[in-house]
Amino acid sequence: MKTEVEAPGVEPRDVSGGVTIAGVEKSFGPVRALDGVSLRAEPREVVAVAGPSGCGKSTLLELVCGLQRPDAGAVTAAPAALMPQRDGLLPWLSALDNAALALRVAGVGRAAARAAAREHFAAFGLEGFERARLRELSGGMRQRVAFLRTLLAGRPLLCLDEPFGALDALTRLTMQRWLADALEREPRTVLLVTHDVEEAALLADRIVLLSPRPGRVVETLDVPLRRPRHRSDPAIVALRERALAALGADS
Amino acid sequence: MTAALIVLVLLAGWEALVRLGGIDDLLLPAPTQVLDALWTDRDLLAPDLAVTTWEVLLGLAAAIAAGGAVAIAMHVSSEARRALRPLVIGSQAVPVPVIAPLVVLVLGFGLAPKILLVALVCFFPVAINLYDGLRDTDPDARKLLRSLDASRWQTLRMLELPGALPSAFTGIKIAAAVAVIGAVFAEWSGSDSGLGHALLIANGQLATARAFAATFLLFLLAVCLYGAFALLERRVAGWTPRSTPGGP
Repeated sequence: MKTEVEAPGVEPRDVSGGVTIAGVEKSFGPVRALDGVSLRAEPREVVAVAGPSGCGKSTLLELVCGLQRPDAGAVTAAPAALMPQRDGLLPWLSALDNAALALRVAGVGRAAARAAAREHFAAFGLEGFERARLRELSGGMRQRVAFLRTLLAGRPLLCLDEPFGALDALTRLTMQRWLADALEREPRTVLLVTHDVEEAALLADRIVLLSPRPGRVVETLDVPLRRPRHRSDPAIVALRERALAALGADS
Repeated sequence: MTAALIVLVLLAGWEALVRLGGIDDLLLPAPTQVLDALWTDRDLLAPDLAVTTWEVLLGLAAAIAAGGAVAIAMHVSSEARRALRPLVIGSQAVPVPVIAPLVVLVLGFGLAPKILLVALVCFFPVAINLYDGLRDTDPDARKLLRSLDASRWQTLRMLELPGALPSAFTGIKIAAAVAVIGAVFAEWSGSDSGLGHALLIANGQLATARAFAATFLLFLLAVCLYGAFALLERRVAGWTPRSTPGGP
């Protein structure tokens, strides 16, 4: 059963795994961040939200995670786990304890939480780094720890805010392929915020393009392509060009 | 290395000035004479050093306990913040030399006034640095914990307190360096032992070299305390960028 949440109602929570955002508006003081944004993600669907910096993408995720309330419109969302833009990893914890953080917050004991996180370390390419401190991890490894933490929150909906924004181009390509594989293994509903339309085309079932501030939906593109996808695939290239054109970037 | 060299050069200059300049060693003893006093009067000075060290440690512990509690209360509750902020700032505005005789008057010649005055000197740096550290946590990590529905207590325990450790240690190190001042003023205002007391007696007896020796021990005490907390910080908060080897 879905619970419609009208602004400024209670926290948006729904158990079916999908998201529906209907005509959401949000301002911060005089700044209009979102102006009537609507989008939906079916359970186990990956929806990318792409747009230029400052189009309210992060605000959209905060609304879905219940960290903000919309001024108008409605957000109906399954319980969501957020992966913040700059990973939000805690430097005083080991990689293992960072990955287990969501479980610890949920009240799981230290040993059990660590054991649950350790099970995934090999599949995440983190084996042998359980006790490593953050400064000993590469950028890509940090993102994998942060993603594992998000996954272990055990929520049907993942909100990923520019997960690869801080990585170099080469690592980013590897990580995009890695994320596609990880989602193949552990399917979830995903809202992926990115400024990179190619990343959106590689990973998403649907791409929602937002205009610069205030954010409005410019266009929604379906991506009916099989996985694994490659960036040199003509269909991906065409999609990327179409998205860039819709965003007003002349090539 | 450079610091040691600078100190050596200064000491050599001092020694030369006293020896060759014909300065009366009742007014200014040479470093070697101070060293000599330190050795010959060791039985006199050692118990005083122990007394002052004990006073400083207890006062510092009291300041850490009180400052920590006040900082956390101010961080967690806006009412506590409004109520306590003027007191915290006021604690720093109290001139210790002025209040020390009054405290001794009320609390007597025992250990209590010493602990109180040391704690008073140390309270502000401890409280204010911890308070700033608690507020100054990574906004992304804060967002993350909120999205995980962490309770106020969980946020404090898992994020804010560990994140505030480096800042708290900054406050404690400053406190450790100035704690000795509180102890000396307390001893000057009334006591029968401690390095501050020894300093007064030596001054009265024109035993200038011994007075310098006591001063040197006070200086050494402050430096050692600072060093001890710096070491502890490296163990407890070794993850901070500034405590990585080779860092600034």
